[in-house]
Amino acid sequence: MSRRDLRVTISKGLTVNSAFELVIKPRRGWQPVDLTEIWFYRELLGFLVWRDIKIRYKQTALGGFWAILQPLIAMLIFAGLFGRVAGLKGDGSPYPLFVFAGLVPWTFFSNAIGLSSNSLVGSEQMIRKIYFPRVFVPLGSILGLGLDLMISLGFMGILLAYFRWHISLAVLWLFPLLILTLMATCGIGLILSALNVQYRDVKYVVPFVTQMAFFLTPVLYPASHAPAKLAPLLMLNPMSGVVEGFRHALLGSSISWKLMTVSSVICVFLFIVGVFFFRRMERTFADLI
Amino acid sequence: MKPIIEIQNVSKQYLLGEAAGIYGSLREALTSAVRNSFRGMVPGSRSSEKGNSRREFWALQDISLDIEKGDTVAIIGSNGAGKSTLLKILSRITDPTGGQVIVRGRMASLLEVGTGFHPELTGRENIYLNGSILGMRKEEIDAKFEEITNFAGIGKFLDTPVKRYSSGMYVRLAFSIAAHLDPEILVVDEVLAVGDVAFQKKCLGKMAEACQQNRTVLFVSHNLAAVEALCNKGLVLQHGRAVFSGTAKEAIQFYLQNVSGEGAPSSSHIVDLSKAAGRVAKYRPQLKRVELYTENDQPLTGEFPVGGPLKAIITIGLEEPCTSFDASIAFDTTSGQRICTAHSAYEPSRVHEERQGEQVFICQIPSLPLLPGEYRVGVGLDIAGYEVDWVDDAARISVIKSDFYGTGIVPTRGTFLLQNRWILQSADTQVEA
Repeated sequence: MSRRDLRVTISKGLTVNSAFELVIKPRRGWQPVDLTEIWFYRELLGFLVWRDIKIRYKQTALGGFWAILQPLIAMLIFAGLFGRVAGLKGDGSPYPLFVFAGLVPWTFFSNAIGLSSNSLVGSEQMIRKIYFPRVFVPLGSILGLGLDLMISLGFMGILLAYFRWHISLAVLWLFPLLILTLMATCGIGLILSALNVQYRDVKYVVPFVTQMAFFLTPVLYPASHAPAKLAPLLMLNPMSGVVEGFRHALLGSSISWKLMTVSSVICVFLFIVGVFFFRRMERTFADLI
Repeated sequence: MKPIIEIQNVSKQYLLGEAAGIYGSLREALTSAVRNSFRGMVPGSRSSEKGNSRREFWALQDISLDIEKGDTVAIIGSNGAGKSTLLKILSRITDPTGGQVIVRGRMASLLEVGTGFHPELTGRENIYLNGSILGMRKEEIDAKFEEITNFAGIGKFLDTPVKRYSSGMYVRLAFSIAAHLDPEILVVDEVLAVGDVAFQKKCLGKMAEACQQNRTVLFVSHNLAAVEALCNKGLVLQHGRAVFSGTAKEAIQFYLQNVSGEGAPSSSHIVDLSKAAGRVAKYRPQLKRVELYTENDQPLTGEFPVGGPLKAIITIGLEEPCTSFDASIAFDTTSGQRICTAHSAYEPSRVHEERQGEQVFICQIPSLPLLPGEYRVGVGLDIAGYEVDWVDDAARISVIKSDFYGTGIVPTRGTFLLQNRWILQSADTQVEA
């Protein structure tokens, strides 16, 4: 599809601009990403994100507070259970802090995967009736959870203050780490949401696999303590690097750069694969959904 | 100047049947992958493949049309002729299988009003969300906000979640947003059938306005009267092919003479439905036969007195055993407007039990409330609440004047016949009562 500066046509209210011409024809094989189009529709993405945030905690008594409660309750359970009963330890930092620092990105990741994988199927009506960049549907639900991520990150700050833990300049690592988190989440979310259109099995597989993956992610334990057999699996897990990185940035925990590098490369790889896979699948969504 | 839309040899193929991947499961994909890799090694695997073969179905074949700026084009055709598929391709919802379309202008499509409405959001919030889904910019919505709310007449409910709206309000709001789109090309599918009569008039007015503003409009409707009033060009589709293209008037005439009447028998009161032309193309024929009788079981072959009794006998052949199946018979005007429907699901004493093969439904209508005129009879079959077969225009009846009220007066205006009683009292008596 070719499309040239639509913006001019619309904002100035001109009649048919001779430069504008849209060709609709069968698409085959891999498609490039149409950034012009995404830019043109950017307001819609904003509205979809805003809608998701608005709706998520509608008719809940606690509202946005759930963004803190979810990882907080998980942290209390894990810290109590694994910290006291099983005697798991972080690497120097207080165990509750250690766990919460890992739960911040993990909670975002698992919630976002759950939401985005069902997002297209949930927007069936829109997809069958209106054209817009399909990628906005899963993207909107992922970005909508970004607010929760920020809130829980803010709460992490409060926890750090409570434990009188001083942060260093390493905290700046959070920015690239947040981008990596987003890339891994988007990559996986796009693939799963597209697959879900054709194979509704995805809906049943996702919660189960996410739960399994939780234990293969060094949230409750430092990656260095993992059994040697699991080390390669841990490295292939895109969230391993992110979780370890979060703890390095917030608590100054030591990290393995090898794990970080491999894990980060996988995040980027997943993102690219996700985007192109989605582009390939999206043309049949309206027919199959 | 180049045409604003060029449709060039557009075709669309759908795959039907279980293998089409609709709600397909991973298991099917995996087993077929395994089967494919063993193909040829296991004897008999080929034959099982054949039994599962995909059914191809061409929804559109080789459609070409140039639309000039300012044209208002009606797309006319019976159910399943491919009208909606064509609109879906034009509005980029689905890709064509072959051919191409060149569009030279900003296009907005209204395949259903209220798409993307969220029940939890307020009217105000939904205006912004829906407007943006339909392709409006925020500043555009800001500018038209008041106009939209005034047109919908929802003023004080603006900050109420739309789930608390009455269905009328909901539809009015949805249409108002759509009506305030300002595209160069507007694609509309049957949105005029919404709301009460007053609102429908308002909508038609808005459509006429759009047509007069030299905007290009593509319009699909069963309401041939609206088509004639609004459009200057017409395209007639039949079984996915363009069979006529010309002025709207000519197109309607062509449609009424050649397409809508096809296979509609009037000579016999028994209609064989197994090969009926009015069947929606995607359905397998499970409706076998319909028989129509009037007073004293007289066969009905055409003319029918106003308000007379009607008996319809519908024979169906159930391919698989099922318990929940229902037949229906509907009456439409020749321009395609539904007047009323009789449905076996409306029968309170209907007993559901497992049946298979040929079954016969008998429908009794003590008094058919149709005004004098020509009507088309549609017959349908639902299984488990879903339509599985439908024959449009299975038969025709022409209702003729007769003394229904016993006064010699037959109403000529309106759409249907109303049984009514009147009492006249003097004003004094009423006060006492």
